[in-house]
Amino acid sequence: MSSGDIHIRVDGLTMAYGDRLIQRDLSFNVCRGDVFVIMGGSGCGKSTLLRHMIGLQRPASGDIQYNGRSIVNASAEQCDEIRRSWGITYQSGGLFSAMTLAENVALPLEQYTGLVASEIAEIVAYKLALVGLAGFGDYYPSELSGGMQKRAGLARAIALDPEVLFFDEPSAGLDPISASLLDELIVKMSQVLGATVVLFTHELASIFAIGTNSVFLDNETRTMLDGGDPRTLRDCSAHAKVRAFLKRGNSGTGDQQ
Amino acid sequence: MESSVSYDLSTNDGCGLLRLSGSWLMRSPNASGDELLATLGRTELRALAVDLNAVEDWDSLLVVSLIRIERLCKASNIDFDRNSLPTDIKQLIELSEVVPPNTLSTPPKPSLINRFLNGDWAQKSIDRLLVSAEFIGEVLIALRRLSTGRANMRRRDLIHFIEQCGPGALRIVTLISVLVGMILGYLGSVQLRQIGAQVYVADLVGLGMVREMGALMTAIIMAGRTGAAYAAQLGTMQTRDEIDAVVTLGISPIEFLVLPRMLALVAVMPLLCLYSDLLGMLGGALVAISMEVSYVQYFTELQSAVTLHHISAGLIKSLVFGVVIALTGCRAGMQSGRSSEAVGAATTQAVVAAVVWLVVADAAINIVYQRLDF
Repeated sequence: MSSGDIHIRVDGLTMAYGDRLIQRDLSFNVCRGDVFVIMGGSGCGKSTLLRHMIGLQRPASGDIQYNGRSIVNASAEQCDEIRRSWGITYQSGGLFSAMTLAENVALPLEQYTGLVASEIAEIVAYKLALVGLAGFGDYYPSELSGGMQKRAGLARAIALDPEVLFFDEPSAGLDPISASLLDELIVKMSQVLGATVVLFTHELASIFAIGTNSVFLDNETRTMLDGGDPRTLRDCSAHAKVRAFLKRGNSGTGDQQ
Repeated sequence: MESSVSYDLSTNDGCGLLRLSGSWLMRSPNASGDELLATLGRTELRALAVDLNAVEDWDSLLVVSLIRIERLCKASNIDFDRNSLPTDIKQLIELSEVVPPNTLSTPPKPSLINRFLNGDWAQKSIDRLLVSAEFIGEVLIALRRLSTGRANMRRRDLIHFIEQCGPGALRIVTLISVLVGMILGYLGSVQLRQIGAQVYVADLVGLGMVREMGALMTAIIMAGRTGAAYAAQLGTMQTRDEIDAVVTLGISPIEFLVLPRMLALVAVMPLLCLYSDLLGMLGGALVAISMEVSYVQYFTELQSAVTLHHISAGLIKSLVFGVVIALTGCRAGMQSGRSSEAVGAATTQAVVAAVVWLVVADAAINIVYQRLDF
């Protein structure tokens, strides 16, 4: 795992719904092993960028590459193959409500590995234990709290030992302690699994606690304003807006772009 | 790709050394794991150390296998040396032990047989009837408030729902009505031709459509189209806390959500019924022509057979049907659970209940008509 090795490359990406432009000219690189934060105010297109990066939506122009392989131009099979190396946790868990936690986590294992049932059960138990949900395998998602549902979603996302982990607003709707525990879990997961983490969030606490690199998407100019280590950006970004965002609006320097 | 997983167990004075090699990947598994455990179970060891130097590639499968080996060792009193593992793998095992497992017993799940046999269905159906009665009562109260102009119903909602269930249903009502008219025509023609009374096909089609089939067929279409949509809309609102939001804003969900849907359907049903009557008679005409009854004959006969009081008998039915569909649909939606599965169940229930009650109501109304000689 050499850091500095580019894992995900986003190149000149422009996103639009029909005529409505969401973001234009996004270019950034995510290195292997990074905890990369994509931040910005509400409505700036974070979730849309996630949908583009995981191939659910086609960009208006530009390219997205994983290990040098484009997913924009990939065929359906190639895209599936690239997707298998990802784990994605959705904003509200995305767990299948008609299945128990164990069945939820087992699904990708049954789909993509040739493991026998007993081994799958062992791996499921292990993944649930990793996220602190040992013994909850027989519960249905509706019987768990919101924080537990998010962790269960994480267990499903890491079922296949993904190379890239996407998190959409991981700490939304969680209390500060659960949120910081989840942050810790994300960092540990990325370290022990050697995974690259891409985090879509506006939670400052999470951004500073775990982010190693970032980009800031702006609502008004509809493009990225700045990128880099979030702590550095807070103090030395050339854009007052970025500094203000990272200081919760207490920049004290007025608007001097 | 080399995907063999192999192991080698050497023992020395009761101390075992397990050498694992190959690639331990979930995507290229083989059964060595179970075999290895079985071998270990047969040996008589005091201690076991693991050497992973020859492992080429690994993922969670290796970690889980090691956890299983350790568990087996613990069960048969073998001293497992976890410190012989590389640090990263040791960390991965330890991370899964940070939070102690949940010891609460899982909520009991009735077995499939129990669900069928012990599912005290009598009690449940009584409960359901009571809930339905309560719902109908609430709707009546809301209607009274509406009549005094105090109900919280937005006119814009009403218009929106009328648009949704009226014009939107025209195409399918057209198709079904013409076909039903033709079916009635053929049904009568075969019998009437035997006695040379083909011209009475017009009476059969006319009365059949106007008194019965026009109202019933549009009702069944609307139960599938609009009743199910109501249940799904309200059920989804339930899952997204929208109904709770309406209640906590101090607005009656019955007035705000159920009334506009119900009134829209009750307003549209008689119109659709009339439209259906008309098209059914046209469908019958197509059959009559093929039986050498002229247009003039057919429509003259129709005119004398179908009177205003037959038409109103059908329209009264369609009003009742509208109420039945709206009530079953909205009740199922309002009482829906909060999962995606529950919304599906609510939709199914809405359609099934609507069709059952439609037929029951139709039979009841016919009995009343017959007694009143209407």
